[in-house]
Amino acid sequence: MKKNFSVYDSSFKVISTLTLALALTACGSSVKLEEAGAPIVKSGSTSGPTSGASGAQTGSTSNPGDRTVQTVTVSPEASNDLNNPLSKRSIFFDYDSFEIRSEFRTVIEAHAKYLLANKTKRVAIYGNTDERGSREYNLALGQKRSEAVRRALSALGVNEGQTEAISYGEEKPRNTGADETAQAENRRADLEYSK
Amino acid sequence: MNQKKYPAIALHRARILFVATVLTASAFLLGLPQAVNAQMRVDVTGVGSTQVPIAIAKFTGDANASTLVSETIKRNLSRIGNFKLVDGLAPTGDNDGLDYAGWRAKSVDALVVGSVNRLANGRVDVRFRLGDTLKSLVIESQSLVSSEGDLRFTAHRISDLIFEKLTGQKGIFSTRIAFISKEGTRYRLNVSDWDAENIQTALNSTEPILSPAWSPSGTQLAYVSFENKKPVVYVQNIYNQQRKAVANFKGSNSAPAWSPDGLSLAVTLTRDGPSQIYIVGVDGNGLRRITQGNAIDTEPVFAPDGKSIFFTSDRGGSPQIYRVSSQGGEPTRVTFNGNYNVSPRIGPDGRRLAYVTRREAKYSIAVRELGRDGAAGDQIITETGRDESPSFAPNGQWILYAARSGGKDELRFVSIDGRTKLRISSSNTEVREPAWGPFPK
Repeated sequence: MKKNFSVYDSSFKVISTLTLALALTACGSSVKLEEAGAPIVKSGSTSGPTSGASGAQTGSTSNPGDRTVQTVTVSPEASNDLNNPLSKRSIFFDYDSFEIRSEFRTVIEAHAKYLLANKTKRVAIYGNTDERGSREYNLALGQKRSEAVRRALSALGVNEGQTEAISYGEEKPRNTGADETAQAENRRADLEYSK
Repeated sequence: MNQKKYPAIALHRARILFVATVLTASAFLLGLPQAVNAQMRVDVTGVGSTQVPIAIAKFTGDANASTLVSETIKRNLSRIGNFKLVDGLAPTGDNDGLDYAGWRAKSVDALVVGSVNRLANGRVDVRFRLGDTLKSLVIESQSLVSSEGDLRFTAHRISDLIFEKLTGQKGIFSTRIAFISKEGTRYRLNVSDWDAENIQTALNSTEPILSPAWSPSGTQLAYVSFENKKPVVYVQNIYNQQRKAVANFKGSNSAPAWSPDGLSLAVTLTRDGPSQIYIVGVDGNGLRRITQGNAIDTEPVFAPDGKSIFFTSDRGGSPQIYRVSSQGGEPTRVTFNGNYNVSPRIGPDGRRLAYVTRREAKYSIAVRELGRDGAAGDQIITETGRDESPSFAPNGQWILYAARSGGKDELRFVSIDGRTKLRISSSNTEVREPAWGPFPK
């Protein structure tokens, strides 16, 4: 692996797809994307319910014969979202439900692993609801969601002193739209590590 | 001095008006500059089943002050549906006679005249007389002395005295309300006169504020503030800025409700896992758990006798209202109709329950009698479909609540029979979470 092909610049946190393509096609792994914390996100698509752990998405379409440089834009938040368990994480719930969907099991497991390895770290879990109904009752519903996540972490061995389940109820909607897509974004629990 | 008091009489002659049309009156009110920078609009719809025809004269004396006083009285009485204002009564001196016969001939039952006089010490003496045209008698007259700044409150007190004399019920015009406003990311806990005028801010925050609750004395508000990135219950003296976190345990702390003696609060805590109801002293001491379970128990409210607590629980699968002894024990279910009945409030006489019910995806305020054998039917008295946070007037005759209309939160009043409605809205501010304060001491 030729080091000079890798133009990763940690201070600007910019990496070109050309570099990425080369890095991905190179055998061996002198450029370890995850360890380097290299954030790889397509421009304009940073966060979302599914926090893909794989960084392969951006480089997969680049054609080695095409010399057009494809830009990847990243931000510190995106960096956190993809690879850093200290960042905010979101777990989404179905309407009127408090069950953690199977697609989020890996997220919970990653956090549990991190908390088990870092016993001094604490995480707050914020439950949220859509805006329908009583604000106080929604606060209790949001609590059911954060409590479900807290219990899942405990079941994986995380010390109860490291976790706190809190509710924002309907008070902090991520999406203020009235339609079902917007409301679905608000039915979630966010994990937030204390600084 | 003009401080004669007369024994209360029931108005046995109130004319029954069969009102087929809907009365609509509007007025634009301005809040004080330090408060919500919002222009509140008040709209009235509907009238009571009984309306007393009444003529109110402009008070004599200082032009601005007398206009403020007489206009506030007129506005108060015209808004609540129990009175029909009749124009034409001329300003009348304190010692001048009243033309009972002439006004009786115009089908007017009651006359109000008065005066406003500045005293040597700068205070203001407001006098009024309430005349009954059938008896040809002054049935109430008083002199109220206040500072210039309290003139509006004086007008509210006079409105209460008139209301009480003519209907036999205590008036609510001198009470205050609390509510939350949201402008952009600015949240305020506000206190205002009953009609959302004279708004003053008790708490100003960039984080949400919820569930204000008046102490029985009317000097303190309990509320939930998210200023520390989690819901914490505070108690604040609204007159001296002193406040204290009375419930700040691990997890969420919310839904404060005062005990009738003002010494403790019922709250919802999650310190032991699920949302459960606890009682804590106003000083933050003496915590004890009231409900025991793994379901949601929240929105506690004391019955006026303090012996029981009504609350919302999903222990039966859907949220319903339950009642438990304030000492704890096994709760009994109160609501059965529908699968979403939350936010219980008990009227001041302890006999009426108001709550939020969801029927066919619409959230409305319902009222029903308590303590009857068999389930007395509930009555839905609101109609936006997005109604919440009911709050009884201290005389039990009105409910103040939050509604969502045109994509904005606003406040509304509805008479307990559902006939008269007031709507208080603002073009640039969301107003929500209202709480009606007690009678002034």
